[in-house]
Amino acid sequence: MKIIELGKNVLAANGAEAEALRERMKKAGVLLVNLMSSPGSGKTTLLSRLIRDMGDTRIGVMEADIESAVDAERIEALGARAIQVHTGGMCHMDAYMTAEALREMGEEGLDLVFLENVGNLICPAEYDTGAGMKLMILSVPEGDDKPLKYPLIFRESDALVITKCDALSYFDFDIAKCRERAKKLNPAIEIYPVSAKTGEGMEALERFLEGRLTAWRELPYRGDRVK
Amino acid sequence: MHEMGIVLHLAETLNETAKEQRLTRIGSVTLQVGEVSGIMTDYFIDCWNYFKPRHPVLADSELRLETIPAVTWCDGCGRTYETVKYGRECPYCKSGETWLLSGNECIIKEIEAESEDGEEGESSFETEDLN
Repeated sequence: MKIIELGKNVLAANGAEAEALRERMKKAGVLLVNLMSSPGSGKTTLLSRLIRDMGDTRIGVMEADIESAVDAERIEALGARAIQVHTGGMCHMDAYMTAEALREMGEEGLDLVFLENVGNLICPAEYDTGAGMKLMILSVPEGDDKPLKYPLIFRESDALVITKCDALSYFDFDIAKCRERAKKLNPAIEIYPVSAKTGEGMEALERFLEGRLTAWRELPYRGDRVK
Repeated sequence: MHEMGIVLHLAETLNETAKEQRLTRIGSVTLQVGEVSGIMTDYFIDCWNYFKPRHPVLADSELRLETIPAVTWCDGCGRTYETVKYGRECPYCKSGETWLLSGNECIIKEIEAESEDGEEGESSFETEDLN
């Protein structure tokens, strides 16, 4: 038996697949957004609001869950293209699963595709899905200390959306403190406090997404995410 | 936290390597795992034992795990320290501007294998680091 030195990162193959998907989406002019958060943070509610508000932007949604199709059904009811992905017990989406889901749903005719990742603040942050942008949600009831507990996801995300701001008066959530903690981990992170229920703060988030879409289409491909 | 996903990728990489290098049997796999990579070795071995019989080339291969110690670099004073002992704050100058130098890895260091032609040639890949 011979010894073969590999020195190969276990996730190298996933990284290559992610890079290929990113390049393909760049050419197609479609911005794939990896949306990450804990369960119950309001991902689907936020997406529903974005679909309703951003009428000129054609949005598709890939809903990743361990079971059920409740989220995809909610999105489809709004007239947007959606697909439900079952991860087969896995706690995150990887680039292979994302590429397969996208093949199934089809991105032609779309501007923005959201990959609603499995509700979890840990594993999704570690896997490159091939998305052109990473967006994370932290909801007010979860608490402003989450950047201290789950630093990686805050470091990895391009933007942080603080949802359920209409409930701020019921919780001890300090937006300034949360902002300071997140910025300490990732000085470039953009922060948008919103309420998908009342519409507060939604316009700023929508302008930000439109800006990122334009940049994704106009800037030359650099083999990495648009920062 | 996501041992199953990592083992899945590991099995895929090994299958591809076997195909590329025309290997018939992989006798052992040595994996280097960073101290703070979040991989629970007990779960990892359970997942490995679950996937192993599903890939003929891996059917009787042994998993060897090596730990890479976690070391943090401090921008404040330019020193390094043990991550697990001190965490994010530098024990020398109390700065929070610190970065993980090593300890987050999951690298296939080497494999022992038999090839179709029985050649003893050594081959290696470029080290890729996507962490």
